[in-house]
Amino acid sequence: MSDGNAIELRDVVKQFGDVYAVDHVSLRIRDGEFFSMLGPSGCGKTTTLRMIAGFEYPTSGEISIHGREMSTTPPHQRPVNTVFQSYALFPHMTVAQNVAFGLEMKRIAKSEIGPRVQEALDQVRLTGFAERRPRQMSGGQQQRVALARALVNSPEVLLLDEPLGALDQKLRKELQLELKGLQRRVGITFIFVTHDQEEALTMSDRIAVMSQGKVLQVGSPTEIYERPTCKFVADFIGETNFIDGTVIEHGDNYATIETADGLKLRGITPRPVAIGEAATLSIRPEKVRMFAPGDAKAEHAFTLPVKVELVSYIGSDTRVTVRLNPQRTLDVWEQNTFSTLDRDAYWQPGEPAVLVCPPDNALVLTE
Amino acid sequence: MALNTLERERQRRERRNLTLLLSPGLLWLVLFFALPLLIILIYSFMTNGPRGNIVWQFTIEQYTTLFTRSIYVNAYLRSIWVSLLTTLACLLLGYPLALFIVRQPARWRTPLLFLILIPFWTNFLVRIYAWQIILSNNGLINSALGNLGLPQLNLLNTEGATLLGLVYGELPFMVLPLYAAIDRFDFTLLEAAADLGASRWRGFLRVMLPMTMPGIAAGSVLVFIPTLGQFVVSELLGGAKVDYLGNLIQRLFLRSNPPNWPLGSAMAMAMMLVLLVLILLYFRTTSEEDR
Repeated sequence: MSDGNAIELRDVVKQFGDVYAVDHVSLRIRDGEFFSMLGPSGCGKTTTLRMIAGFEYPTSGEISIHGREMSTTPPHQRPVNTVFQSYALFPHMTVAQNVAFGLEMKRIAKSEIGPRVQEALDQVRLTGFAERRPRQMSGGQQQRVALARALVNSPEVLLLDEPLGALDQKLRKELQLELKGLQRRVGITFIFVTHDQEEALTMSDRIAVMSQGKVLQVGSPTEIYERPTCKFVADFIGETNFIDGTVIEHGDNYATIETADGLKLRGITPRPVAIGEAATLSIRPEKVRMFAPGDAKAEHAFTLPVKVELVSYIGSDTRVTVRLNPQRTLDVWEQNTFSTLDRDAYWQPGEPAVLVCPPDNALVLTE
Repeated sequence: MALNTLERERQRRERRNLTLLLSPGLLWLVLFFALPLLIILIYSFMTNGPRGNIVWQFTIEQYTTLFTRSIYVNAYLRSIWVSLLTTLACLLLGYPLALFIVRQPARWRTPLLFLILIPFWTNFLVRIYAWQIILSNNGLINSALGNLGLPQLNLLNTEGATLLGLVYGELPFMVLPLYAAIDRFDFTLLEAAADLGASRWRGFLRVMLPMTMPGIAAGSVLVFIPTLGQFVVSELLGGAKVDYLGNLIQRLFLRSNPPNWPLGSAMAMAMMLVLLVLILLYFRTTSEEDR
């Protein structure tokens, strides 16, 4: 039986020459979940997807789809379908012919193909576009044809390779929601490859963050953002400040580090640390509080004296860059929860300030 | 007002420049293409004199001869048949070759295409003589067979040798347009086809073949046209044992005693008719942007 896993990768390696495109990856993707593989270009996410689709075979390791071992099954015999980054629509066929292609290959009866194509086009809101050619359509429409062409086959798993990459920002946002809604409706497992962390956070049930062929962390969007287990993930997902130091005390999921200039800071430890180990405190710009020196609210065990350097007003937030020491600046984002034209209400460059870093908002990361 | 004059002056100058630029080519086409063609057309409706002279008397006799006497009808059918075979052979050999070159790393593609073009550095006639040397009874192949103690083969002066020479000569004209068409083909589409359940062969038939059809059509036209009128290969490699259109036309104009220019002209016109039909077909089946 498939024990609830749509896809299972066991110790999968893909080598191109001497290069490890995918380096000992093991993943379990649950039935019905929206699973994203996120990482910078060249991290192995697309190669992993192509191995699930069958376009590449692993150098070693195993891939099973609903419990059936399929590492070297050719793509046309796998119960998965792909939405390509470039859409890969057949330009010499109409939209209806494109969507019907998969059903024809499965030798479904002609009488059944017509209604199913119609249904798939309705599903992606392209009713009435059946006789168009792909090149007569906009990028967003083509993207939806590609989606219909894949979904009409009722695949066990739908693979999406940066399907929104070529679209403009506004359309992306729209289609993100549409795609997520569609996935909930059809209940098919989606594996979504993207380099856009916001996209992954918005849409996914779970995310695998990849770098240099390895999976660094798998977790829900909240876990990935709030409890990154390594510096790369903390840095890649969202923005963060890093303050380097050495572990001087730890226990109970917390640790304290001391910086080179003697400041002590405390944070949560997603992974165990050892005393004397080099570590980095990661604290996100929106989780730092900033007060004028002497402000009663700045009375806190873990503070950093800084000087305001740059102030960027961006409407909803004010983004402040402060200098901690000659080598390091930190970012602080303050939400503009007030409405005023009074310049004194905002921070001014050159002002001294105190940052408060509550241990619950910070992470102590090694590596 | 002044602007208007300037504009008119500019247009006048442009028209003059255009005429100047186009006239040499136009003159060439009229003098060496349209005019001779017209002469051939007129000759084909004239009577042949007893000493091979043109008698200026209208007749359709040449055309009736052409379409009724078996020597001409057979030459027609044979030429069309061999041209079709040559085109098909070039396609079957050229498609995998062009595909192979497209799939090579970029730095290999230009040298490989260059290899395809290298034969053009030597005169075609010389290359066909080289094939005589290869195929003749004491040529390369038969000496090699002899050295191995194998029986000799009669290769030269056969229909097969003609076909071989034609395919050899025309193959580059098939490969180049095919290369251009396949190079434009997005191979992700084959992955998409496979992803949707098409085996490799079905993916090729349903996606790659139709999408590279403009290259197939262009290559086929480029191979078929010169093959239909050829006479050198069938004479030098085929031993002039059977008549092709080109051989008959050449003979009627130059070798027969007395010559028969009107009949030769009629044959040439009839050949053009076949090609005209073919080219119209080509233009009908491929759209503007495919070409």
